[in-house]
Amino acid sequence: MEQMVNVFIMGKQYKVPASLTIMKAFEYAGYKLIRGCGCRNGFCGACATVYRIKGDRELKVCLACSTQVEEGMCLTQLPFYPLIKEVYNIEEVKPTEQVMMQLYPEIYACIGCNSCTNSCTQELNVMQYIAYAQRGEYEKCAEESFDCVMCGCCSSRCPAGISHPQVAMLARRLNGKYIAPACGHLADRVEEIASGKCEEAIRANMALSDADIREMYNNREIEK
Amino acid sequence: MYTEEMLESIKLVEAAREANAAMEPRRMTAEEKEQVLKENHPDYREDQFDVLSIGPNKGEKAPKELVKLLQSDSRLKDHLPDLSCPDYETDVLIIGGGGAGSSAAIEADEAGQKVMMVTKLRIGDANTMMAEGGIQAADKPNDSPAQHFLDAYGGGHFAADKELVYKLVTEAPDCIQWLNKLGVEFDKDKDGNMVTTHGGGTSRKRMHAAKDYSGAEIMRTLRDEVLNRQIPVIDFTSAIELILDDKGHCAGAVLQNMETGEILIAKAKVVVIATGGAGRMHYQGFPTSNHYGATADGLVLAYRVGAPLREQYTLQYHPTGAAFPEQIFGALVTEKVRSLGAKLVNVKGEVFMNPLETRDVTAATVIRECRRGNQVNTPGGQGVWLDTPMIDLKNGEGTIEKRIPAMLRMFGKYGIDIRKQPIIIYPTLHYQNGGVKVGTDSQTCVENLFVAGEAAGGVHGENRLMGNSLLDVIVFGRNAGKYAAAKAKDVVVGKLTLDHVAKFEKELEEAGITPDTVSPMLLPDYTRKVND
Repeated sequence: MEQMVNVFIMGKQYKVPASLTIMKAFEYAGYKLIRGCGCRNGFCGACATVYRIKGDRELKVCLACSTQVEEGMCLTQLPFYPLIKEVYNIEEVKPTEQVMMQLYPEIYACIGCNSCTNSCTQELNVMQYIAYAQRGEYEKCAEESFDCVMCGCCSSRCPAGISHPQVAMLARRLNGKYIAPACGHLADRVEEIASGKCEEAIRANMALSDADIREMYNNREIEK
Repeated sequence: MYTEEMLESIKLVEAAREANAAMEPRRMTAEEKEQVLKENHPDYREDQFDVLSIGPNKGEKAPKELVKLLQSDSRLKDHLPDLSCPDYETDVLIIGGGGAGSSAAIEADEAGQKVMMVTKLRIGDANTMMAEGGIQAADKPNDSPAQHFLDAYGGGHFAADKELVYKLVTEAPDCIQWLNKLGVEFDKDKDGNMVTTHGGGTSRKRMHAAKDYSGAEIMRTLRDEVLNRQIPVIDFTSAIELILDDKGHCAGAVLQNMETGEILIAKAKVVVIATGGAGRMHYQGFPTSNHYGATADGLVLAYRVGAPLREQYTLQYHPTGAAFPEQIFGALVTEKVRSLGAKLVNVKGEVFMNPLETRDVTAATVIRECRRGNQVNTPGGQGVWLDTPMIDLKNGEGTIEKRIPAMLRMFGKYGIDIRKQPIIIYPTLHYQNGGVKVGTDSQTCVENLFVAGEAAGGVHGENRLMGNSLLDVIVFGRNAGKYAAAKAKDVVVGKLTLDHVAKFEKELEEAGITPDTVSPMLLPDYTRKVND
């Protein structure tokens, strides 16, 4: 007999197999998911979940797709949270401190409560990356926030109303476009292709007979 | 976390680790590959395929589950909606909110056309978001588009459309640059050189990555750009049938709100299908690495208006799906784990193949190893070891944490530290190699209907290489967006019609088919039937 546990889905009790993830427990209970379910593997942030275990006062957060149910888990989903996403032109913004001041001034109202970090489903140091954003240190902000899945749990707990995932998104784009060193060999190859220098070799491969291209493929040298 | 039996086997894996890490297993010959595929690859299981009785690919074989879907009733059967007052009018209608759809939207917007996206979940809920390992482009001095062509065309068993492969590899460097200029962060050294690795079947190290969140980094950036451009995204809304005009040209789609069921009509000058793959069809009962909405909707929509498919008989089973623990059964373990040096090891601690053969060959060889009795048993099935601690052993401590943090996290949640212990893997349904047939302009044989990304066929032949799918969605998403926008400039839409639905239903009837299902599927049904 399968081991069962009691979970409370939005307050209502269900008995579900102990081996299930929260997402599969919803389905076991009879829910057909439309919201709150995306990649089902921890990358898309659609299934942010808030819960308490009966008898424990601590409020916990997780992704429903990649967290196993526990006895006494009392949970609700946060399939949508009204984050503020400011519109900007990536070609026109510059990686200076001013851009954050203009687009997301609320980050300077951070009171340092650390609720964002405590509520990150990816266990990121959210308050730290906001601090980097405040100082215009976008490279550090990008690195610290890199694993963010934008589920919005941090923002739901923020007394200053910060939309942390969107701040980090801007920082990463600024870093990727303006701060990280440009790639020389990439620019060279794009230029070579545009000027037609690569054309002859590839067209020659395409013109080979079926037997010849098989021969070439099967004997091609593989870089160590 | 591991059972006693597994821990016993791990001792053998550990004892052989140093020697296993140092060895360079030989590559299989063409004949050996052919044999292992024939005997073990799911594509060769004849009893798992049926022949299509109707439609443009009538007489050709396809997986049973797909045949059933393509020969199901329209969701509009017997209650066709009124098309006279469209709810939406746009130039370019894009169906699908993943990498290809978003790239198409950005390019069509750039070309000055009015664009609208519809997606049945949210923008970014897509396989693009879940791509971990990387994206290929021949941009290193020792590499070339010609070499990339050889790898892709050969890896796909010489079945791809050469002109589509040409486009894929020739436009690859430009697409990397386009992404980089949008702000996508690639792994680079301090001088800006791309940090690149091998993938299965590559002859040069041309895999570009953003840790093991490569697809997520690309997808969230594209999404941010779509939102910056204020392109309307109608989310939680599926397309359930295409609309044609009286000239037989594609001219929009019938939409349905996923939550309320409301039917809405979208009229458009051109339509781009970018609905992605089909992992949630669970072909042959396989688990899948795909996102929740991967249900082959685009193939159904296109097939009903007469657009043929190609290579619909071949699926990709990713060699390394998680086989244990059961909570992540079928989840993707990125090929990058092998790119970084982890090898496949059987229950006795023996390396049984070169881990960087193409995906179909690797998957078939893993299945063969299990059939030979060298499998690691799990409570729900079987698998072989992927010896992850080899990575830090070869590349130095900290490599796993820095280069594959998502994998470290995924297994860490269940008490497995992949830096210290190997993991158990088995093939998982990963990718639809074929799709709707398109030309180099991404247009189907139905005028004004474009298809891009995983829903389109011909780019990868019968097997796709790692890193060529992220590349595909960017190259052909952009391509479709540009050509669709250019086409839209000259289109005058005629009278809207759904006559093809009745024609299709008549074809079903004449073939003696009485479907008990409707399609497109939209979402899989995992709900326990509580009253059964």
